[in-house]
Amino acid sequence: MNIFSFTFRRVLYFLPVILLVNLLTFFLFFVLNPPDMMAKKILGDKNVTPEAIEKWKRDHSYHLPRVFNSEEQGFSKITQTIFVQKSARLLKFDFGKSDRNNLDIGKEIRHRMVPSLTITVPMLFLSLIVCISTALIVAFYRATYVDLWALVLCVFMMSISMLFYIIGGQFIFGKLLKLFPISGYESGIYSWKFVFLPVVVGVISGIGASVRFYRTIFLEEINKDYIRTARSKGVSERVILFKHCLKNAMIPLLTNIVMSIPFLFMGSFLLEIFFGIPGLGNFTIEAIDSQDFAIVRSMVFLGSLLYIVGLILTDISYTLVDPRIRFK
Amino acid sequence: MFLLTAKTWPESIQYNYPLQNTIAAVVFLAIVYFVYNSVKNERGRDIWRYIFRRKLAAISFFILCFFVMVGIADSFKWRDPLLDETGNISKDLRGEIIYQNDALSILDRVCTGIRTNNEKTYSAPVSDHQFTKDLIQNEKGESVWRQEKLNYPGRHVLGTDVVGRDVLYICLKGIRTALIIGGFTTMISIPIALVLGIIAGYFGRWPDVSVQFVYSTIGSIPFVLIAAAYILIQGASIFNLCLIMGITGWTSLCRLLRGETLKTRELDYVQGAIALGSGRIRILFRHIVPNIFHLVLITSVLGFSHLVLAEAVLSYLKIGVGQSTYSWGNMINQANLELAREPIVWWNLLGAFIFMMALVLPVNLFGDTLRDALDPKMRGQK
Amino acid sequence: MLFGQTSCTPNHPYPKSERAQPIFYSVYTEPPKHLDPAISYSSDEYAFLELVYEPPFQYHFLKRPYELEPLTATNIPVAEYYDDEGRLLSADVDMEQVEKVVYTIKIKEGIKYQNHPCFVKTEWPDEILNGVDRITDFHEVATRELKAIDYVNQIKRLADSRLPCPILPIMAKYIDGLDTFAGALVKDLEAERRRRSEEQGAAYNREQDERVNPIHLDLNAQPFPGVKLIDDYTYQIILKRPYPQILYWLAMPFFAPMPQEAIDFFEQGILRDKGITIDRYPLGTGPYRIEKYDPNLEYVFVANENFHDEYYPSTGEEGDREKGLLVDAGKKLPFLDKIIFKKEKESIPLWNKFLQGYYDTSGISKDSFGQAIQISTHGNVEASEFLKDRNISLLTSVSPSTMYVAFNMSDPVVGGYTEEQRNLRQAFSIAIDMEEYIQIFANGRGTSSQSPLPPGIFGYEKGKAGMNPVAYYWDEKSQNAKRREIDEARKLLAEAGYPNGKYKDGRPLEITFVNSWYSPALGPRIIWFEKQFKKLGVVMKNETSDYNRFREKIDQGSYQFTMWGWNADYPDPENFLFLLYGPNSREKYKGENTSNYDNPEFNRLFKKMETMPSGPERLEIIRKMKNILHKDSPWVGGLNPVAYGLFHEWYSNAKPNAMYRGALKFKRVDHVLREKKRKEWNQPRFWPVVLVVILLGLGTVPAIITIRRRGKATA
Repeated sequence: MNIFSFTFRRVLYFLPVILLVNLLTFFLFFVLNPPDMMAKKILGDKNVTPEAIEKWKRDHSYHLPRVFNSEEQGFSKITQTIFVQKSARLLKFDFGKSDRNNLDIGKEIRHRMVPSLTITVPMLFLSLIVCISTALIVAFYRATYVDLWALVLCVFMMSISMLFYIIGGQFIFGKLLKLFPISGYESGIYSWKFVFLPVVVGVISGIGASVRFYRTIFLEEINKDYIRTARSKGVSERVILFKHCLKNAMIPLLTNIVMSIPFLFMGSFLLEIFFGIPGLGNFTIEAIDSQDFAIVRSMVFLGSLLYIVGLILTDISYTLVDPRIRFK
Repeated sequence: MFLLTAKTWPESIQYNYPLQNTIAAVVFLAIVYFVYNSVKNERGRDIWRYIFRRKLAAISFFILCFFVMVGIADSFKWRDPLLDETGNISKDLRGEIIYQNDALSILDRVCTGIRTNNEKTYSAPVSDHQFTKDLIQNEKGESVWRQEKLNYPGRHVLGTDVVGRDVLYICLKGIRTALIIGGFTTMISIPIALVLGIIAGYFGRWPDVSVQFVYSTIGSIPFVLIAAAYILIQGASIFNLCLIMGITGWTSLCRLLRGETLKTRELDYVQGAIALGSGRIRILFRHIVPNIFHLVLITSVLGFSHLVLAEAVLSYLKIGVGQSTYSWGNMINQANLELAREPIVWWNLLGAFIFMMALVLPVNLFGDTLRDALDPKMRGQK
Repeated sequence: MLFGQTSCTPNHPYPKSERAQPIFYSVYTEPPKHLDPAISYSSDEYAFLELVYEPPFQYHFLKRPYELEPLTATNIPVAEYYDDEGRLLSADVDMEQVEKVVYTIKIKEGIKYQNHPCFVKTEWPDEILNGVDRITDFHEVATRELKAIDYVNQIKRLADSRLPCPILPIMAKYIDGLDTFAGALVKDLEAERRRRSEEQGAAYNREQDERVNPIHLDLNAQPFPGVKLIDDYTYQIILKRPYPQILYWLAMPFFAPMPQEAIDFFEQGILRDKGITIDRYPLGTGPYRIEKYDPNLEYVFVANENFHDEYYPSTGEEGDREKGLLVDAGKKLPFLDKIIFKKEKESIPLWNKFLQGYYDTSGISKDSFGQAIQISTHGNVEASEFLKDRNISLLTSVSPSTMYVAFNMSDPVVGGYTEEQRNLRQAFSIAIDMEEYIQIFANGRGTSSQSPLPPGIFGYEKGKAGMNPVAYYWDEKSQNAKRREIDEARKLLAEAGYPNGKYKDGRPLEITFVNSWYSPALGPRIIWFEKQFKKLGVVMKNETSDYNRFREKIDQGSYQFTMWGWNADYPDPENFLFLLYGPNSREKYKGENTSNYDNPEFNRLFKKMETMPSGPERLEIIRKMKNILHKDSPWVGGLNPVAYGLFHEWYSNAKPNAMYRGALKFKRVDHVLREKKRKEWNQPRFWPVVLVVILLGLGTVPAIITIRRRGKATA
């Protein structure tokens, strides 16, 4: 089976997932926020009468039944419902407008994606380089004091909440050294100076857990029989570590990397809030907070799509790294 | 809405102290039994010997034991009878004893000193003055700003928080929360991930597809949405948080294990075993599970640490353990505002951080040694 | 080239082009939901709207207590009262006889709108519209003179159910025929929608359809007796009954002018589909016009070239001259060329950037009372040494808002009007120590309230006269109101039937606190409340739920006590006392009376006080009402937050005006001094970075060496 038909079949497999996710989100959200409450939240605190709520619902089509309209005739029984009017058209990539302030969601996502990516992509690559090389060094020095201190340091770094990396980073680089703006964003070429600090903070905050994780993977490989054989044949430790070990640890590495693809697009919400970056990261969180169903369903839809793309890519990459795994 | 009025099951656990005590007792006995069991056979003793030969691992083990003891001591609680003015036990009209509203745990009773020495508001560690200035009228009737003296000067090792509670006490109370969140959640998510991951990776075909179907569905709905909906229905409590994190948290490990299993299955000796006609189950347990077990162990250890730490971020998103629960996460989130003060209030954060480190570091050290101990190949090397 | 911009202050967050201009930088935490003057109803949004829209009146920038002055109108109109036969009545007539009230508003001539494409033509060719992304993309712009009909138009727009206007229910109570007019518009709308639905059948998706094909509602097709156009510069508002507070409403953007051209222009399907709407791109006659709309990053407003002549006031409150607030007297407004609102969600970065000189002021006005503290200074009323070093000054102002602890009067235990039930609440009003609350949670930024009226509102009284005698006593020595001792509360509690906080049979009294304080930062407040009740031996149970469930509990009146806040719409005692007016009960009528208080005597006095002019007679009635409240204690304590604002030395004409958020046209920034100070304060330090890099580099050397050595050893 070649790679294309394999991919095609995977996509077919996952179509029901997208539908199911769409439906689940729909119900979950309405458990959280019945239309009455959405109306109240959106209309504000002052002078909200039941008529105003009713009016808002009518005007945003939330007065319709959720999935089945028994009052309508024929095909309209299905179409004149909240689900079809609002959620189903996502399948055409028509995201519609946000409930809260009529933003064009598709446009919004396109605009917000760029700042998110300018942070997450460098962050991913930098942290891969830093963490894998550190983990290799730590694995090289396994069972010595370097290993122990690396462990203590990693745990120390893990124990600090992301919040304080951010506050600390802003304090040191922005306030003490005055090298970078504390927060803000500017599109275009000058974005680098706003992006630098979040990227550095993001990389540093992730070092602890990642190094621990990669070290375990490498150690596992080091103790495989083929490495022992190689070692007994006199292959140098350096070659063993950087060539054989790294190559064979590729599968968990790849899974990890590909799994982070949705997060690349979705951004990191803490970083974005604190550094004032207009990305996608806090889009979903803010929408859930302000009960904007239109945004939530679009983001969930997009998230599930990316997740599935990630899954398919993982499977393909497995076969590329290790030809023994066949397309099935 | 019926959801509002219905008493949810975690709520009934929350105020059902005999049940809670029973659960705590079962957990305690299970731990004791497990340890006893592992000492009984030769291989178990071997592992323990290996661990205790390493100083750091041994120390870690005892620190963990201490934490577990504190956690368990904090889980046994009962209510004292309410006393009236004369000091007698008050009884209602039918002659039944009236109990106090709050139940106290063994830990609370041991720590009565630091539990009740409340101040008005912030005070720095071991300070004898209040941290903030109050507008006080002096003898002449003028208003002056002054730092008032504390009720218990110098008695707060880690200072007091915004409403004057002792930070050390709050930290100690946070241990139970952390252990439950880390332990309970891991206990739910790891088995699911292990079973489903292996099934998907090993059997392929429709089991693989259906497992992938389940985890891609769960994985692609934002956790925040699921958790918020669930917690809304069931109420914000530590058990609910664990449950929902456990049920949704297995997907990434499952993917990882599936990938590993896929790879391991294709290894020559596994293929060889299949060719020789070994039973599928036998192959699973002989060849596959041992080969991926390091991943499970490191993920458990990392997951445990991660969960203890993640609670802070979840509280930031308003889906934490709830206000009334003592937790390090809540402390850290309050510290967010305290750091914006001028001068800053740092001891709350420090307290939470020290305790968090003290739990997470031994878990990692002990976990590493345990992994080495379980892996015969490793042991030979050292 | 990249480094060119970062020459001397690399942490400068603004592009070089902006640095040498009198630009004012402000912040917002949440982007405004609406910028349509008919919808917007929050003080955060008014900070934007009042830059652009000009209702007929405004609040005087300097005078206190707040006073209305004409903005686009020529004078403040006087109400004309008519009886049921249309005869003009004298002003001091009994209000019962009045059947019709007329306000005649005359506007100034020669005021021009900002330049806007809608004045060129209202229907643009599709090819131009397709190439447009923002309102500033139109090359042809024009202006026209402000006419009275624009004001009439806007009042009619308030009835459009698609918006929806939040004050429509209130206005419908007073403006003649507004509710029937609104009903007629709804009917028109429904008819059109039904027509479209039948035309398109099952595939009809209303939202999508109206996005590209907006329904045009003819506002003039239906009769509306509530407003009358007299001539090009005069219009009348006709009320069904006396409501002097309408003048305050007329100073809000709800009553700003809206040209018909703008309505038609923004109803072009292509524009609407692109999100170019009135709700985003306000247009008006004000001192500024919107240039950039980017809710995730910033809003930019620039000075309006066509702004009419308006001058800085030459009179103010006592002491304004000494404070230098009258230096600019008589100069033409506005002073700032540009105003940029930046999104800043977290308080720590905001605070740091303020200290570095990148924001001109700190302190955000927030609608939510939950997070009263954003940035704390020193726990002290004056600015700390560090701030003084940087010449940062502090301004305090009492905001016309109140936060209160409300008991549910329809609850069988804590509510009710019997002597015992009153005693219970009075006991609580002594026990709940709001002074301590303010000290702990607001860093002293507030005053505990003695009545629903905050300082600065007519009817508020200082000292002994305004004291709540139930919870306080007057201390002659310090000339201060002091909280009564807790023993008095215990006595009251015993009289209420709960000796030592217990029922007769010995069970402790349990009171439930309902709140939505999920955020951990608010957790300690719940514990604080617990402590207050513990003083009396009463057990407080906490019920925290998410905001929706919380609102539901309040709306249904199924709670015992909660904390709630109110932000005044206008500086009149009516706007506070109506929070306790029986027919405004939340439980029964979904009004603003959250504690469902209903005292016939209070209600009677309220009706009387409502329409009175502020004078001794009114004060007398308000005193009576306050006495009733003290006795009944439906609110057992509260606080009036004090807003603290810090500003740099280059920012002048800083006088907080809680009623007029758009007062930026009066403000001035000395940008030369600002840039100098920014440079002085933000000299970068490179050496630690260099040092760390060198150290790291050295650190890798031994690692590389050992790897090499080991590699060779095995080889």
